[in-house]
Amino acid sequence: MNITLRLAWRNLWRHSRRTWLTLGAMAFSNILLVFMISLQFGMYGMMIDNTLRVMTGHLQVQAEGYKDEHKMRQTVPDIAELAASLRRDLELERVAPRALAFALASSSDRTYGLQIAGVDPARESLVSSIPGLVRTGNYLAAGDAAEIVIGSVLARNLRVGTGDEVTLLGSGLDGSFAAAVVTVSGIFETGVVELDRGLAEVPLGFFQDVFFMEGAGHQVVIAARDLDEAALLTERTRELVADNPGLVVHDWDALQPGLRQAIKADMSSAFFMYGILVILVAFSVLNTQLMSVLERTREFGIVMALGISPGRLGRLVLLETALMGFMGFVGGAVLGALVTGWFAANGFSYPGMDELTANFNLPSRVYPPVAFLPTVIGPLVVYFFSMVSALYPALRLNWLQPVEAMRAA
Amino acid sequence: MTKQLQIVWTLAWRNLWRNHRRTLIMIAAVSVGVWAMIFMTALMRGMVNDMIRSGVENLPGHVQVHHPGFRDDPSVNNLIPATDTELAARLADRGFRAWSTRINVPAVITSERESRGVTLYGVDPARDRDVTFVADSIAAGRYLESIDDDGLVLGRKLLENLDTDLGKRVVLMSQDPDNDIADRGFRIVGVFEAELDNVEETMIFGGKRTIQQMLRIGDRVTEVAVVGPDYRDVEPLRRELARILDDDVEVLPWTELNTYLGTMLRVMDGFVLVWTVVIFLALSFGLVNTLVMAVFERVREIGLMLALGMRPVSILAQVMLESLLLLAIGLAVGTSLAWATIVPLEAGIDISIVGEGLEMFGASSVLYPELLLADVLLADAVVLILGILASLSPAWRASRYRPVEAITKV
Repeated sequence: MNITLRLAWRNLWRHSRRTWLTLGAMAFSNILLVFMISLQFGMYGMMIDNTLRVMTGHLQVQAEGYKDEHKMRQTVPDIAELAASLRRDLELERVAPRALAFALASSSDRTYGLQIAGVDPARESLVSSIPGLVRTGNYLAAGDAAEIVIGSVLARNLRVGTGDEVTLLGSGLDGSFAAAVVTVSGIFETGVVELDRGLAEVPLGFFQDVFFMEGAGHQVVIAARDLDEAALLTERTRELVADNPGLVVHDWDALQPGLRQAIKADMSSAFFMYGILVILVAFSVLNTQLMSVLERTREFGIVMALGISPGRLGRLVLLETALMGFMGFVGGAVLGALVTGWFAANGFSYPGMDELTANFNLPSRVYPPVAFLPTVIGPLVVYFFSMVSALYPALRLNWLQPVEAMRAA
Repeated sequence: MTKQLQIVWTLAWRNLWRNHRRTLIMIAAVSVGVWAMIFMTALMRGMVNDMIRSGVENLPGHVQVHHPGFRDDPSVNNLIPATDTELAARLADRGFRAWSTRINVPAVITSERESRGVTLYGVDPARDRDVTFVADSIAAGRYLESIDDDGLVLGRKLLENLDTDLGKRVVLMSQDPDNDIADRGFRIVGVFEAELDNVEETMIFGGKRTIQQMLRIGDRVTEVAVVGPDYRDVEPLRRELARILDDDVEVLPWTELNTYLGTMLRVMDGFVLVWTVVIFLALSFGLVNTLVMAVFERVREIGLMLALGMRPVSILAQVMLESLLLLAIGLAVGTSLAWATIVPLEAGIDISIVGEGLEMFGASSVLYPELLLADVLLADAVVLILGILASLSPAWRASRYRPVEAITKV
């Protein structure tokens, strides 16, 4: 073992209580950081995933302007053909066409306004979780039958069950009166009241007939396996539709602008908190190292008089901090990962959390994943700032006068 | 006794400044910690306040009264049994800050080009202007003028989506109690703006009597909204309303009408406490460290004082007082720093870069931090009480030294 290293190690344990306390501060912050960051990133992933999976998908092809204005006449012409060609060119099954309109739905004793989506019954389940959430009856059968699936709250409010008839009233693409009688084939329950109360799906072909769409629709929805693939698919889809004037490709970020900003807003407040924790640890380290240098003034004076350079002493002090920081890093990361792991197995929740997380499509119990990056990033920052705060005590040694130092009390 | 206290005080104060670098670093740490506790809490309070304020404005009211079936099935079939005239008689002169009886039903609005699903409100403009934000948020045109007004006021975003304009006609469709389609043409007379896009897209307002006629419901309403003195304490208002109205209605405070916000308010207090304690724990390591060092380098001196007859309790008091002084200075600096940073920001912080994200939380893009005395006291109390507890161990050890051993210690 190198002599400087051995000296540093021994110096560290001269005041074992002080070193333990400083290590304690590091470990405490590190454990907290590891757990919080893992929880955060786990939640963000779930938030994005759960929100996009409901209906949005990772990207959509729409008519220009439709995203913000949702006007009936901002259509994608020959939408089924476009979806089929994209499916072929992207070599991807998860591509589905959709058309949307507002309409009144009446049963024998109630009338409600709702959004009607015309979907491809065979493909919709590849891009949306709603077909899988049908609780009673069945999802739309393939083909263009006069069938409808509605949300559970709407079914309760309309007082209809599967097999009952519902009348749809609305206006078609050309502004003319559109009406149809459809049979309820299934009732879905997403848990999101707005959807359960205000959404219904019918077969795309049927939708196009009723609303005089002439083969047009509003969105081609494309779902990716993950966010990385989504970025790639967006690129390629943009190239593929480039020669269709009036069509644009929006990625999930543009379709759900609130999502990334909600994450950003949450992150900025979280980073403020993390920053404070790191600063407090840095103060702890600064205090400890400064004390340990000051109390060795005489000792340093003597070794400097014997010919050791201030730079070497400074390196010794930094090495002490590095050793301590390393222990804090390893201890904090390991303990933090263990804490996170425990919650990964048992789930994390606090009173009231179910109410708050439902807004962001999150479950009431979160299982934070243990991953490498969230585990080391917090402790790394703590390590870095510990080293920075040791600079002052280390550099001070350059101004040390050996003779005066030896006389110091 | 006073003499002794004075000695302890002088000793503690001088000891504190013996190693001024260490003391200053520790004071800085305590100050930053306390500042962060208070500052962060004020920001969070401001955000929650804003969410609740706009939530209560959009509901609207602190307490609402409905037919028991209305919340699950918001239709004209679930009208409040008492007539509007009876309700008004019972609500009048009760000293409520504001109240309004209103109609609130789902409807479809159709312009020449587009249709949208919306919530239609039939209101008495004279009463409703004190309950909702709409009267004060008219961006173009005018607000409703009377309950017989046959114009319609809607949000700017909805106007754009419908591809229509002020002064143009639209058709509203809903149902009457017999489930026949109830429809009527309206002229758009006013456009309002709201903080949340969702509000602009889904809320439309008409004169109460006009809407009653369209829906063929006579002198009946679906909802009573009442504003009380304080949104934090709505239970007395709820009880008062339950007492003066019949049993066949449901009287609910906003905390239950919007459970997300209600929970937010409750969770907030827990969050403040957890955040304060976490910061303190991070601080406590440094505090204990400082005290342990301070005692350690004075072992001989403490031994000497004990040998000369100073009572152990005085040594304990000395160390504790030293710690208390340090904490007190840190608290004073941290609290004033928090005050100095929050007060200039109370005019509002523009955080519109994450505006749409905040909208998901239900907050607007200008943040008004709120400094609550209770939060400041909580932060200060936590630091003082836990600080004293943390100092006990080093102080106790100092007072237990054996004089002879301590003096001879190198």
